Amino acid sequence: MAKLVDQHDHHYCTADVISAVEFSQSGEFLATGDKGGRVVIFQREPQGEYNVYSTFQSHEPEFDYLKSLEIEEKINKIRWLPQLNSAHFLLTTNDKTIKLWKVSERDKRPEGYNLKDEEGRMKDISKITSLQVSPVLRPMDLLVEASLRRVFANAHAYHINSISINSDCETYLSADDLRINLWNLDITDRSFNIVDLKPENMEELSEVITVSEFHPHHCHLLAFSSSTGTTRLCDMRSRALCDQHAKLFEEAVDPANRSFFSEIVSSVSDVKFSHSGRYLLTRDYLSAKVWDLNMENKPVETYQVHDYLRSKLCTLYESDCIFDKFECAWNGTDSVIMTGAYNNFFRMFDRASRRDVTLEASREVCKRRAVLRPRRVCVGRKKRDSDISVDSLDFRKKILHTAWHPTDNIIAIAASNNLYIFQDRHSHHAGHHLEQDRPPQLQDAPAQ
Amino acid sequence: ARRCASPAGDKMAGADGDDSLYPIAVLIDELRNEDVQLRLNSIKKLSTIALALGVERTRTELLPFLTDTIYDEDEVLLALAEQLGNFTMLVGGPEYVHCLLPPLESLATVEETVVRDKAVESLRKISHEHSPVDLEVHFEPLVKRLASGDWFTSRTSACGLFSVCYPRVSSTVKAEIRQHFRNLCSDDTPMVRRAAASKLGEFAKVLELEYVKSDIISLFTALASDEQDSVRLLAVEACVSIATLLPQEDLETLVMPTLRQAAEDKSWRVRYMVADKFSELQKAVGPEITKNDLVPAFQNLLKDCEAEVRAAAANKVKEFCENLPEDSRETIIMTHILPCVKCPEVRLNIISNLDCVNEVIGIRQLSQSLLPAIVELAEDAKWRVRLAIIEYMPLLAGQLGVEFFDEKLNSLCMAWLVDHVYAIREAATCNLTKLVEKFGAEWAQNTIVPKVLGMANDPNYLHRMTTLFCINALSEACGQEITTKHMLPVVLKMSNDQVANVRFNVAKSLQKIGPVLDSNCLQAEVKPVLEKLAADQDIDVKYFAQEAVSVLALA
Repeated sequence: MAKLVDQHDHHYCTADVISAVEFSQSGEFLATGDKGGRVVIFQREPQGEYNVYSTFQSHEPEFDYLKSLEIEEKINKIRWLPQLNSAHFLLTTNDKTIKLWKVSERDKRPEGYNLKDEEGRMKDISKITSLQVSPVLRPMDLLVEASLRRVFANAHAYHINSISINSDCETYLSADDLRINLWNLDITDRSFNIVDLKPENMEELSEVITVSEFHPHHCHLLAFSSSTGTTRLCDMRSRALCDQHAKLFEEAVDPANRSFFSEIVSSVSDVKFSHSGRYLLTRDYLSAKVWDLNMENKPVETYQVHDYLRSKLCTLYESDCIFDKFECAWNGTDSVIMTGAYNNFFRMFDRASRRDVTLEASREVCKRRAVLRPRRVCVGRKKRDSDISVDSLDFRKKILHTAWHPTDNIIAIAASNNLYIFQDRHSHHAGHHLEQDRPPQLQDAPAQ
Repeated sequence: ARRCASPAGDKMAGADGDDSLYPIAVLIDELRNEDVQLRLNSIKKLSTIALALGVERTRTELLPFLTDTIYDEDEVLLALAEQLGNFTMLVGGPEYVHCLLPPLESLATVEETVVRDKAVESLRKISHEHSPVDLEVHFEPLVKRLASGDWFTSRTSACGLFSVCYPRVSSTVKAEIRQHFRNLCSDDTPMVRRAAASKLGEFAKVLELEYVKSDIISLFTALASDEQDSVRLLAVEACVSIATLLPQEDLETLVMPTLRQAAEDKSWRVRYMVADKFSELQKAVGPEITKNDLVPAFQNLLKDCEAEVRAAAANKVKEFCENLPEDSRETIIMTHILPCVKCPEVRLNIISNLDCVNEVIGIRQLSQSLLPAIVELAEDAKWRVRLAIIEYMPLLAGQLGVEFFDEKLNSLCMAWLVDHVYAIREAATCNLTKLVEKFGAEWAQNTIVPKVLGMANDPNYLHRMTTLFCINALSEACGQEITTKHMLPVVLKMSNDQVANVRFNVAKSLQKIGPVLDSNCLQAEVKPVLEKLAADQDIDVKYFAQEAVSVLALA
């Protein structure tokens, strides 16, 4: 495993880098996935803090012998199911295989065997004069078990980038670079292909699917975005195969801004429906856009995340940073949107007031219960001491994965191997952070 | 272990030795073993444990234990749910059957669908063993608890239990049950509404007719307009059951509007369900409504924009036509159904069901509308489509008669003999045999034999070989005279063919047609040629010639 060293000389493994963050539907739980294929689940305590609830190994590295390719164990996405009963269910996926996990609690254990005594030694058979069925249940320390319930494999020739659960609670989609498949949560040996972008001749390939998501309420609508900057809305009611989109959301590129990098920076890296189901939030390299589902030709709002990078695109291209995929998120009332940036900065935009703030998630800055101070990036001369110059931004520190609690003002930010959780108290930003490189307890998931 | 007749008493019937207790003790301990296979094994022998414990200890100890320590391995839970369905006698008979309810109630809430379904099945089974009093005291409260449970899983399970307890309870309790069912039909979660929709028909069947009209219809209409596609399509299934329960005069007002809506639903999956259930719907609504409503609906489904829907409708064409009222059948088929059928797959389906359609429609009429389709399919680029049509050819020939066949279809059959795909040539040969069987040797002599023999001079050796294969297939059906006079000379002549494959197939042909010829002919004409071939340069030709000689006993 390669070891990376951050500027404060803290060693951590690439395996610990967080690659997915997701709140459960009620917000009581928060799951993170990392490059090493592990999932850590946090539970919100009555006092409001999130503490580790369960840890398990979701995916292992594999080798595809047919193509001589390694399949990474990195968790690409996690999605929680709506709660069915007292246990909790979540879908996790790497590049090729999706898994359904059940996380349940056990707090009682039966005691008293017929053939063994209290210490577990076998009893003398001749001493057994009666049969005992143990009605005695002794309380035990809470045991949280994660068990693998389903494996959905072998349906994707390309790398899976998204999973999304339908509002019917019965089906879900998985998307790779060229195809989107529809699954039933109970059936692992069959999936239906609903979108197929693969051209007859691969040399004609001009776009790939980057993200796909189901509408939160309408079971027949799904959105998928592409590397060419378009987002399509498909209606599963009209056809079995949804290659024809019902709507196409695309903004014409301003000719003044056109450059060699225009298409690359227009590639959409994340798509999220608003909780209301009326809007779509898309994130491309430099901006975040809010679209009204009823208007396809331009977004209703555009937010510049880090426009100061426009002059640095060449350097970012050379370092591959231009291909970084940032996620975005809505708050519970759809009034604020959030997305990550470089230098461990993340940005929040209030849609009504049009005010925005840049905050930093890093160890030096975040002490428990400290209030975060807004940061500013300046292009020219520094106006304040706390400003950061564009040229001193650390592009190795990127906030790609962010999540917002479904109802409350609590956000989870992943910065390489660290997870930060911030809560809004009395309209200040206060926070505590949890480190990923020293997991408190690692439980072995049952071998499958 | 012997069954214990006395109630309490922890001294078991193993008085003749502790050995008899040991296997049971093992089974009980293994109920909690880490190894799932051992747990499964014990669960499958649960009746053995219960017998050893006796009815009282089973009730007071075993069942509570099973209720409290449910593990999550599906197989184990499934086996347990199944076992409990047969446990009535082991707990002491119908008087005590309600003791089985707690563990089954617990199993009815697990997330694994197969386990829940089995638990519901077992609950339904044992419900019949409950006295009406016990139903009201024990069973119905369970159903109520499940129906008002916090978890989706318990509410979905409740849906399967209403119909079994309704018939035998008092009218107050019946009203409660109806209320619970209503609530579940409008539950927040699609999972529960789906379960309710899928049980709607079954529940309607046990209700009094007045309640079917007052309660069920409005629930049905609501579910059929649900925002979730998956709920609406289950309502279509319920439609069939409900329509069967109502008197004819009520169908038009109570059911048809909803059915019409479903046949035009925006979601192709709902329209698919309508197409799939069409025959059942037809039977349920009766001939009048079929004529006025279902025929236009069927037309639309046959022309639907989604191929899956068209295919589902096409599958039902035969049954639909068969069940049309006799007086209007012909008109409906000719004017409404056939014209809707444009695409090859659907036409093929109709053609294959010609024997039913033919009875009512004249040959000429039929051929005019279908012949273009047949020709099109016979020449389709995909060989599997051509193959399918060849397979219908004998049937078609029989339906349409020899004159029509000669006029229109003969050339097709001959063309297939020289198709570039071997499977087609082979099927075409087999087809000829069947035609000869239908139309007779004389017809064969006049129409097809000359053409088959003509191929013997074809420059392509594959076609020359086809002649031989045809002769192989036809000789028996054509008989000795035709074979000797017309076919044999051609075969013998081909023994001089340049291509070795042709020559050794001559040997094989002679072996095949030999039994049809008389012995003079065999000695005078066949034997010399075979002897010549036995001395051929090519070793395969030699081999087959020698084999033919020995099989025909000409040596």
